[in-house]
Amino acid sequence: MKTLVVYLMAMPDTPQLAEAAVEAGADVIEVGFPFSDPLADGPMIRRAGERALAAGMRTARCLEVLAEIRGRVAVPLVPMTYSSIFDAYGWERLEGDMRAAGATSLIVADLPADERPELHRVQLVAPTSTDERLKLAAETTDGWLYLVTVAGTTGARAELAPTLEPLARRARALTAVPLYAGFGISTGEHARAAAELVDGVVVGSRTVEAAEQGPRALAEVVSALRAGLDAAAPVA
Amino acid sequence: MTATFGAYGGRYVPETLVPALDELTAAWERLRDDASFLAELDELRTSYAGRPTPLTRVERFAPEQRVYLKREDLMHTGAHKVNNALGQALIAQRLGKRRIIAETGAGQHGVATATVCARFGLECVVYMGSEDMRRQAPNVERMRLLGAEVQPVEFGTRTLKEATSEAIRDWIANVETTHYIIGSVVGPAPYPEIVRELQRVIGREAREQFLALEGRLPEAVVACVGGGSNAIGMFYDFIEDEGVRLVGVEAAGAASLGSGRPGVLHGARSSLLADADGQILDAHSISAGLDYPGVGPEHAFLRDSGRAEYVACTDGEALDAFHRLCRTEGIVPALESSHALARALDCGAELVAVCLSGRGDKDLAEVLAQR
Repeated sequence: MKTLVVYLMAMPDTPQLAEAAVEAGADVIEVGFPFSDPLADGPMIRRAGERALAAGMRTARCLEVLAEIRGRVAVPLVPMTYSSIFDAYGWERLEGDMRAAGATSLIVADLPADERPELHRVQLVAPTSTDERLKLAAETTDGWLYLVTVAGTTGARAELAPTLEPLARRARALTAVPLYAGFGISTGEHARAAAELVDGVVVGSRTVEAAEQGPRALAEVVSALRAGLDAAAPVA
Repeated sequence: MTATFGAYGGRYVPETLVPALDELTAAWERLRDDASFLAELDELRTSYAGRPTPLTRVERFAPEQRVYLKREDLMHTGAHKVNNALGQALIAQRLGKRRIIAETGAGQHGVATATVCARFGLECVVYMGSEDMRRQAPNVERMRLLGAEVQPVEFGTRTLKEATSEAIRDWIANVETTHYIIGSVVGPAPYPEIVRELQRVIGREAREQFLALEGRLPEAVVACVGGGSNAIGMFYDFIEDEGVRLVGVEAAGAASLGSGRPGVLHGARSSLLADADGQILDAHSISAGLDYPGVGPEHAFLRDSGRAEYVACTDGEALDAFHRLCRTEGIVPALESSHALARALDCGAELVAVCLSGRGDKDLAEVLAQR
């Protein structure tokens, strides 16, 4: 069984959305804590972050939403944000408060593995990462390794990036931790193709877009991704 | 571990960029002592860009003091920015990268980058906020004349902060073919160090010239601070001279050092205009080049260590100094540099060296609109 990770931006209605996503087949929920200057994100998530900030979703409120999601779903929850949010709140304090609110792990999009190694988190690797960096990230990661499929920012793309295949092959040779691929995965077909290379997929921009239309639209997108994943041939 | 300035600096960037930063670090460590690189840079600075620049006494501007201006306004392209752009273009060539991207606020760094790209036959894309394109229209036209593509940034504050974010996003997507010529002493390591080393020539020349003219060092060295590249370049060779005050002048509405707090923006930890949650706040300045909520990490370090002091200047004070220099000396300063001029007059020192970081031709429309 392949893992489906669904990203949602923290908003007041995210608990209901998370519940709908899990019912439709999401195995992990990533919860975006918005940041004013999200370097790793394309227009869809950047705009969702702007709306969240306009709706007052600051760190303390995001933690409340995280706890509310924890009250509704049993799957792993992974907050994802940027260094500035941690630096302002206190690195250790925010990690502690995230875990106390029900987070299983966390992701910091602009914190490569060799910066602040003491913060236990899901590490990201990219097609540009050297084998040495892949190894460092795999050794220090918390649970699974996030494979960024393409050199670029988040956002739906027409095709699954051809750079995922060599990255997955290199990562597989270096580590036994589960590999989940994200960035540019938006359709069931992308999910199926990616799942033939890795253990799971992360979908963000497409689910954020659907979530704006409400739980039903989100559930439809998640179901299609789930079906794609379940149709994948097993990894050789 | 990556290079830091005390608690500031670092490489807070998506993993995708880290191998390119490693490559740049390795190249820089090789080149900074490489005789052929330094000779080429020196030759271009002299024969193409116009170094050394003069140090000019401004007796009518400051009749009560002995104030000297380091004339970076006389550099090719009209500002100190070309010191950095030239050096980084040479680095890009040695890295084998033929596509250059840059961000720009006032347009001076964009023009400098477009210029060196034309000189070396490199493709050039400059990100610029649409509000700055309005304020600095002549520089937009200059960049286009020089063959650069100017990419408007239409979201957020539509100024330098968003232009920098978009340039970094471009770099993430095109990192294997592209070199990012960042325009100030900001960004992830090794940029703050590389840009400082390329701008140090300002202070090195100014120190020698001042000694030759006055037979002693200045009591105060004054420079405007947005990202802080002309200031760090002007200050650096005076840091060991303990009796020399280093005075950085920020725009009052963009005082990242004077009223900021620690935070992370554009790849580095520094002092920023941010709220208690770490969300970056908008800066406000009449001068597009200072209209930035962050500052180079080394300035935050120099502030904390007490070696440099940072003061503010309002839009109105900068405009007064602008007009005063025009009328008393026949020199049209950039609005950015006008902030330093204003504080040079009332910094309490008799012997002062000011970095006149750029000329004000680009600001005429903005200044006339203030009448």
